[in-house]
Parts: sequence; C-alpha cells; structure tokens
Amino acid sequence: MVKGRMLQGARAMAEMCALCRPKVISAYPITPQTLIVEELSQIVADGDLEAEFINVEGEHSAASVVLGAAAVGVRVFTCSSSQGLLLMSEVIFNIAGMRLPVVMICVNRSVSAPLNIWNDQQDSIIMRDSGWIQLYAENNEETCDLLLQAHKIAEDHRVMLPAMVCCDGYVLPHAYEIVDLPSQAEVDAFLPPYDPIYKLDIDNPTTMGAFADPEKYMETRYMIQETMKKSLSVIEEVARDFGSSFGRSSYGLFEKYRVDDASTVVVALGSMAGTIKDVVDELRDQGEKVGILRLICYRPFPKEALYEALSAAENIVIMEKDISLGGSGAVATDMRAVFYGREACPRISGFILGLGGRDITVDDIKTTISKAQHQVADADFVGLKEDLELEGING
Amino acid sequence: MVKVEERDKFNDHLLASGHTACPGCGQSLAARLVLRAAGRNVMVVNSTGCLEVFSSKYPESAWEVPWIHSLFENTSAVAAGVEAALKITGQLDRVRVIAQGGDGSTADIGLGAISGMLERGHDVLYICYDNEAYMNTGIQRSGSTPYYARTTTSPPGKVSLGNWRPKKDVPQIALAHGIPYVAVASVGYPMDLDRKVRKALSIRGPKYVQIHVPCPLGWGTDPARTIDFARLAVLTGLYPLYEVENGELRALKIPKKVPVEEYLKEQVRFRHLFGKEDRSKEIAEIQSIADQNIEKFGLIVK
Repeated sequence: MVKGRMLQGARAMAEMCALCRPKVISAYPITPQTLIVEELSQIVADGDLEAEFINVEGEHSAASVVLGAAAVGVRVFTCSSSQGLLLMSEVIFNIAGMRLPVVMICVNRSVSAPLNIWNDQQDSIIMRDSGWIQLYAENNEETCDLLLQAHKIAEDHRVMLPAMVCCDGYVLPHAYEIVDLPSQAEVDAFLPPYDPIYKLDIDNPTTMGAFADPEKYMETRYMIQETMKKSLSVIEEVARDFGSSFGRSSYGLFEKYRVDDASTVVVALGSMAGTIKDVVDELRDQGEKVGILRLICYRPFPKEALYEALSAAENIVIMEKDISLGGSGAVATDMRAVFYGREACPRISGFILGLGGRDITVDDIKTTISKAQHQVADADFVGLKEDLELEGING
Repeated sequence: MVKVEERDKFNDHLLASGHTACPGCGQSLAARLVLRAAGRNVMVVNSTGCLEVFSSKYPESAWEVPWIHSLFENTSAVAAGVEAALKITGQLDRVRVIAQGGDGSTADIGLGAISGMLERGHDVLYICYDNEAYMNTGIQRSGSTPYYARTTTSPPGKVSLGNWRPKKDVPQIALAHGIPYVAVASVGYPMDLDRKVRKALSIRGPKYVQIHVPCPLGWGTDPARTIDFARLAVLTGLYPLYEVENGELRALKIPKKVPVEEYLKEQVRFRHLFGKEDRSKEIAEIQSIADQNIEKFGLIVK
C-alpha cells in the first residue's frame, strides 16, 4: 500500500483503473468525466498499462466497443457522465442483458435541459432498471476501492453482471485528497485475471446476442432479477475480502454512522454524506438521536438488510439528488416499498437537494431533519432560491 | 490452390440451413457466400435486422462461426471492440473480424459508427447487404432506397411517385475515409462476390463491401427470380459492380446496355411507373442514373 499520496481524484481513479489491468478502454469526452480518461490515456501512452485505448466518435460507441471486447473475454473499462450516459443507455441495457461484466465509472452530473455541467445523481439513477450493479462512493479513496471491488463482483461467476461505480462530479474527481492506493502486487492478489464463462472463440463457436421470443424473453429478466438478489451477498463478501486484504474497512451494501440507537436516520448516497455526518455529530452533541445510513449499493437494492438496519427508527429522512419528475425521488420510492406492509413502520420522508450542483449546506440538512419530525414529506425540494420567478412557470 | 468445390464443401454451411429466411431471400444467399469465402477463422458481428432475426432465434442458431449481435446501429463499434480485444490478446494474426448489417443499419442509423470504425483504422471488414429498404420492420424507406421506389413510408399517391431521392452512395462515403479497399458486389455474381470478400480479407485495415441483394417480399418480385433481378440491376448499369484497391478503380464490364425498364417493370415497387399515366419522364430519369454510372465507371467496353 502506498500511503497518503495527495492526488487529484481523477488521477487516483485512473491509477486504480490501470491497477485493475483492463485490456480495452473506450471513452468519449464529457465534462466532468474527462480528467479521468485524460489521465488514463497518459498512463497507456507512457506504456504503464498494456491496453487498447479506443477514442470513439460518441458514447454509444464507447459502450459498444467495451461490449465487443468483453465478449472476446477481456477485462474492459469505460467512463461517462450525464448526456453521455444517456446516449449510452441503449447499450447499457444491452450489456446487462448479454451478461457481460463491463465496469464503468459514472461521474455523476445533472441531465439537460437546461444545460448544466454540475453534480447531481440523476444520470445514474435513470439507469437503475438496466441490470447494472450500482455502487455510490463518498470520497475519492472509496471510489478507487469500489472500482477494484466492482471488477471482482461483476466477474464473479455467481454474478456476471456489469457494474457502475458512481462518484459525484467535480466534488470528487476534481478535488485533491489524500488517497492510499494499493500496489500492483496487492491488486493482482485480490483481483485475478478475468476468467470468462463464455466468449467469442473460433475454436469453440458460440452465438451471442440471440433473439428471444415471448416463450424465452421473460426468463432472461427473471434470471437477472434472481442474480441481482444473490449478488448482495457477493458484494458483502468482496467488501469483507477487501477489508482483510487492504486493512481498511469497506462497508459493503451501506455504511451506518451513529444509527444503532437513532430515532431519526438520514439516508443518502455519495459525497453529501460527509456534510450530513457533521450535522449528525452536531445534533448528537445537542442530545438528538440522529444518525445517517449512507447507501453504497443502490442496485441491487438491499431490501432486507435495510429493513433490519432501519426498523428501529421512528423517522427515515431520505435526501437525494434526483427526482422522477411527476413522481418522487427514486431512493424514497424504493425505501417506502421496503417497509410497506411490514411490522416496523417508520415515518419515511423524501427530500430533493443539490440538483445541478446546488450547494447542500449544513442549514439545509438541519432544516430537512427538523421538517421530517413533524410531517411526512414527499419529494420536497430543499434549498430553492426565493428570487426565482416560479409564478410565471406555475401559471 | 484449393479447388473451389473442395473449399465449398468445407465451408458451405457456416451459415447452416434450417433458418427462417423467406423463399428467394437474396441476403441469406449472400451471407452464406460471404462466409464460404471467409472460412472458419472469423468472428461475425451482426446488426439487428432480417439476417439476425432469421438466423439466431434462441435456442437455435444457424451460425457455425463465433457470432454476436448487440444492437441496430453499433455493429461497427462492437466489431472495433472485438478487434481491439483480439489485438491485445495476440489473436489478430489468425482471426478476421466481419461486421455486417443491412442498408438501414449501414446507410442510416449506423453510419456514424461505421465512419468511426473506418477512420480509426480497425482491421475489420464491414459488409452491407443492400436490399434497399428496412425489410425487417416491413419495407420502410431507407437512405439506400432507389429513386421512385415504393416502400410503406414512401408510397406513391396523388402527389407522390414514391421515393423522392436517389439512393445514398455509401461506397463513396467509405472511400472518402481513405481506406485500402472498397467493393460493390451482387448476389447475382457469386464468383465476383467470392473474389471480393477474399480480397478484402487478405488486406489489413478497414474494408467496406456492399452487396446488392434482392428482397422478393419488399420488392414484390418472384422468389424464383432473385438472381435474375440481381443481374438485371447490374446489366442496366443501375448497380455498378466495382472495387477500389488503394485508389485504383476496377469495374465489372457489362456486355451491352439493358434498358432500365427491363429491370423495373416486373417489380411491384416500381409498378406505379407502368400504369395508365405516362411516366416516361420518370423512367428517363432512372435511365440517366444508369447512363451516368456506365460513363463514370466505364462499364461498357467501347
């Protein structure tokens, strides 16, 4: 382990990507993902990683290139954000249906219009139905740790599904933090070469991507759904292995921070958890029983583990950077489904914060927690600017 | 050199019988000829379309070579990924990559990905089976549909005479990328087709081969006469067969000019040009396309 290097997040992620030894990398530039692929290009150009780096003409092709390479049986990597991920979306679903263990980083960014290059998590949340495992990181080191684990999870023969590691745009890859990266030998010991179950091979011809009529299609969805459920234990197992191999904790499905005796538990994904932890500490000092459960694994959604972790709480306060317009926040919707019809029945409130890079302040978080003590909120927007001319829009 | 008959016996069924193509399908015949020429050491990336659907319904497959289908428009990018993986794992010296699709996936929805693949120099042979419309979805107009042809989305009507534009010239677009080999072939000329596929696969880098394949269902032609129509398209000059290898053009000569009416009149897709109304002006326009091809490619020995 190389201890304590001050690295820009993107550099750390690129180095970790290279340590995982992907054979084919393909990407198309989009802010704020670009720093990562620029760094990776340099690593390949310097001969420090033996890989084909394919600069494509768009994200649809970036995802398609790694799909094709994965079908030949090599480890692959791609990376995108926002509109790029949306352009990929057709291929994203296709990769999962073809059961190819592609790994990518989504540098989370809002979705246009209006054009906005800053962070929220709408882009990856849209992909929640695609059959990809989704892991959300709080900081740069965790993004790197999850990237390494994602390859191992995706390529596990019990899983064979693609995995997306999500990190908050600008907040993480553009920030300098102290990061401990493992050595090549440590990574190699943790992550063996990809051993495909099926691949394109002239000595053993197979047909991949066959079409399925109504007698067959539904079973393919069922199999992915069942694999998703079973992969929860693989994700936990890989996190435990990571902990014992690298001597630092990796939380698996979620991280609980001062949750066990809490009457109010905030649930959030990604980097905003850092600010929320500070607020939790402050409120604890004032005697309030507050905690935060930081969800790392959003797909598969760890329903039973969440029920167990949160059933003693009175209030669950979901803070999320996405909105299903006309509906609710995606995480809140999923969370309500966990408790509906069950014995434990905490009050569940959903709040929308930080869209398009809006700052999430300590005051925002305090206000939100306090609001949830008195009412059940559903998709309440927090931190709106009062000077917006909403009247005109609302008619 | 291995005799053609012996080679054919070995490779004739790499696209096996038993698939569900229509009777008289020009595409299925051409695809079988392509594989026969290519042999077993190929990986085929296939776009969505008739060829994919009639050959790969799970749990059956007509493909006796490694074959992958992903989506409609990304075939060239998937093939680029296959090639990159073969390259980095040292297999590219013994495995060739073929990307193939219909004219809709080639001239229209997949053109960007094809351009990217050609421009980046991947060692991939792209094959377009050109039956001049979206046949798999029910005969809709593509960029490759010829002038005045009836399709379900370019129907003749009170103010229309069918497709209002001449077909897109994708081989010339491919050539503009400066790639080493571009060829136009026809299922009506199987030996020429065989030679062009073999030639293409002997060259490193990106190659583009477009094959004219009549579609009895979409064209409204007799399934028993697929080869006749393929040949007539060539003999009229409407579908010039040529190849450009490192900038040098060679065209397949035709013995004498056959008037375009001979090709058009028995196809339902052109029937509206032969009704009560006088459409000699429109037929003359089509004839002029053929004449220009004959001139441009030197199709007739003077």
